[in-house]
Amino acid sequence: MFRNQYDSDVTVWSPQGRLHQVEYAMEAVKLGSATVGLKNKTHAVLIALKRAASELSAHQKKIIPIDTHIGVSIAGLTADARILSRYMKTECLNYKYSHDALLPVSRLIATLGNKMQVCTQRYDRRPYGVGLLVAGYDDQGPHIYQTCPSANFFDCKAMAIGARSQSARTYLEKHLDEFPNSETDELIKHGLRALRDTLPNEVELNTKNVSISLVGKGTLFSVFDEDTLARYLAMIEGEEKRSSQPESGGDAAPLQPPEEDSGPQDPQPATAMETE
Amino acid sequence: MACGTPHDMFSANPLWHNGPIPGGFYNFPGSKTAPLYSGAQRFHTPVTTGTSVLAIKCDGGVVIAADILGSYGSLARFRDLHRVHKINENTVLGVSGDYADFQHLQQIIEQKVISEQCLDDGFALKPRSLLCWLTRHLYYRRSRYDPLWTNFIVGGIQDGQPFLGTVDKLGTAYEDDHIATGYGAYIALPVMRDELAKAKQSGQPISKEDACKVLERCMTVLFFRDARSFPKYEMITLTEEGYEHHGTKTVKANWEIAHMVKGY
Amino acid sequence: MSSVVDPFNKFSYMESGSQRQHFSPYADNGGSVVAIAGEDYAIIAADTRLSSGFSIYTREQSKLFQLSEKTILGCSGCWCDTLTLTRVLDARMQMYYHEHQKLMETPAVAQMLSTMLYYKRFFPYYVSNILAGLDGEGKGCVYSYDPIGHCEKSYFRAGGSAGALLQPLLDNQIGFHNMEKVTVAPVPVEKALAILKDGFISAAERDIYTGDSILIKIITKDGIKDESFQLRKD
Repeated sequence: MFRNQYDSDVTVWSPQGRLHQVEYAMEAVKLGSATVGLKNKTHAVLIALKRAASELSAHQKKIIPIDTHIGVSIAGLTADARILSRYMKTECLNYKYSHDALLPVSRLIATLGNKMQVCTQRYDRRPYGVGLLVAGYDDQGPHIYQTCPSANFFDCKAMAIGARSQSARTYLEKHLDEFPNSETDELIKHGLRALRDTLPNEVELNTKNVSISLVGKGTLFSVFDEDTLARYLAMIEGEEKRSSQPESGGDAAPLQPPEEDSGPQDPQPATAMETE
Repeated sequence: MACGTPHDMFSANPLWHNGPIPGGFYNFPGSKTAPLYSGAQRFHTPVTTGTSVLAIKCDGGVVIAADILGSYGSLARFRDLHRVHKINENTVLGVSGDYADFQHLQQIIEQKVISEQCLDDGFALKPRSLLCWLTRHLYYRRSRYDPLWTNFIVGGIQDGQPFLGTVDKLGTAYEDDHIATGYGAYIALPVMRDELAKAKQSGQPISKEDACKVLERCMTVLFFRDARSFPKYEMITLTEEGYEHHGTKTVKANWEIAHMVKGY
Repeated sequence: MSSVVDPFNKFSYMESGSQRQHFSPYADNGGSVVAIAGEDYAIIAADTRLSSGFSIYTREQSKLFQLSEKTILGCSGCWCDTLTLTRVLDARMQMYYHEHQKLMETPAVAQMLSTMLYYKRFFPYYVSNILAGLDGEGKGCVYSYDPIGHCEKSYFRAGGSAGALLQPLLDNQIGFHNMEKVTVAPVPVEKALAILKDGFISAAERDIYTGDSILIKIITKDGIKDESFQLRKD
């Protein structure tokens, strides 16, 4: 669809210094349903919007536990996420086996980044088409990390990825200062409101399409059951939904094809590299 | 004989030592193609060895002591051999047993610590992690029938609490408030247990100074009875205030009545 | 060199400074474990002495390993093998949890342990294992093993260095063996605890590898309760 002469392989540079295949992979994240991660001083929360492939199917799992202190929520290709999460689980287990301690979150993310980077540099590989929000707790407190198909990763105060996640990010940015000192319940409510902002008008959050997980000081990573979920959903029920429609950022839809008359041209995707 | 005929106590001594057996097949030592005696003797034996290491938990930290002798069989060969090592700001490692095996492991551990420092992520190896890693490594080697002939004591501060643990050449590991290796386990440990029981009765953890005094006494007793020990020893404390090397101490022995001992 | 000829003459040109030493990959670190299962409970207890020969390594070594909310393993024998076995077991439990999103049930753990032990059939873990817990229906169960993976389900079992001393007592008092005119009834938890403690007191009198104290864990549907009990320390 977007073929130009520089996207035949991940290893091909464009004259502008971009790797188109990698940037296309970044778009896969925006096809997945939205997920939000945020933290206060002691806990980290992941909240995800689940989709059902059809009326007949169950909702797709979005949050995957990695170890007692780490979990991820995913946006993009679920199959790729399964491979990555299996790798992360193995890393945590191996560390626990040989060191009798929990793997620090930053180290896990760094090794994951190294694994993912290989796929952006070899002609016989393709980048992982999934973005992860990683919530973890270690000696340095709670963490929210974002990873991209480009193998970039970011240590975040709060983050949202997936379809229409710009609206959630707008919400998070607006309330960023409140998070560090808010109670865990309050934090979850913020997360739910942020996630709600990504929904189209006719859709509501309910116990079927939302997943919440929590990890933190004295709290092992856990995904909430439906009863707990209902309790938190009730807390934000009746609050007025953000009125304006989510602004159409780059993640509202996949890339637009280049103009007909402008000849072969690079598409304008979201940032994959820090060079911009 | 080198080709596998066992020698028993009834047969004559070999003609000459330290070389190939006359008339026998010559095999280079350690050669894998050599026919093995009974088919299963691959492991080496300790050569340069260190004797006991003693350690106790005290208020807010640990105290650890070991003499500075490297024995070569019964020969007191290396008289300034340090057997207690600082691993990082919250971990010390004491070793008894084969010193070469220890140095092999020391290289690996040092590389681990350096790699960790290079990551610069604010995490440092904790004593329990080091003990676990050593346990896994030593167990792996014993399972290969190629043991590292060593006995370690790991001391330090684990998440603000004193930590003391040990592991032997099989990978037998445990934690306790007081640990002694080698002859110390027979001679010094009862003294240490006694002192710690007294402290426990008073309801207060033993102070760093008192713990040092206990170990001084134990090192003295050990020097008197352990033939592979040495009067010079080093003592190290690691507490919340940090690592402290108390220098090389010397056992105060009293030889005043030696001239009265006659009849030997 | 000593006057006795070195039988391993391959080493006859070895430095005279060193002495050949025997190496065995196994050690006997002692310890005894007892488990009793009732209708709605399982208790498992182990002494806390870790020893080798005539020396006591430590007086407070727990030999009970909690594998899940409803399953506890008691190990005695070669301590380095115990450490390794339980470490692998912990990892396997976590792998199962991640694969199936549920904790492993006691009978499943029992089968897995048997497989893991037999996997090392020709270089065994020298450990005497007793597994206690609640099964899927909440009933107490006990599984006991030999070092190479033979597994038997029962309701009471003693194992370890004083296993042979403790088992007959359990046979009689809990299994009502060799008794006439008795009504065979499930033992309530208080009675089981009393028998267990008495058994350990007696075992500590005769077995030098059992002593110091015992750690008892009582598994019920409400969770696991810890108890400890002092034994003689000599």
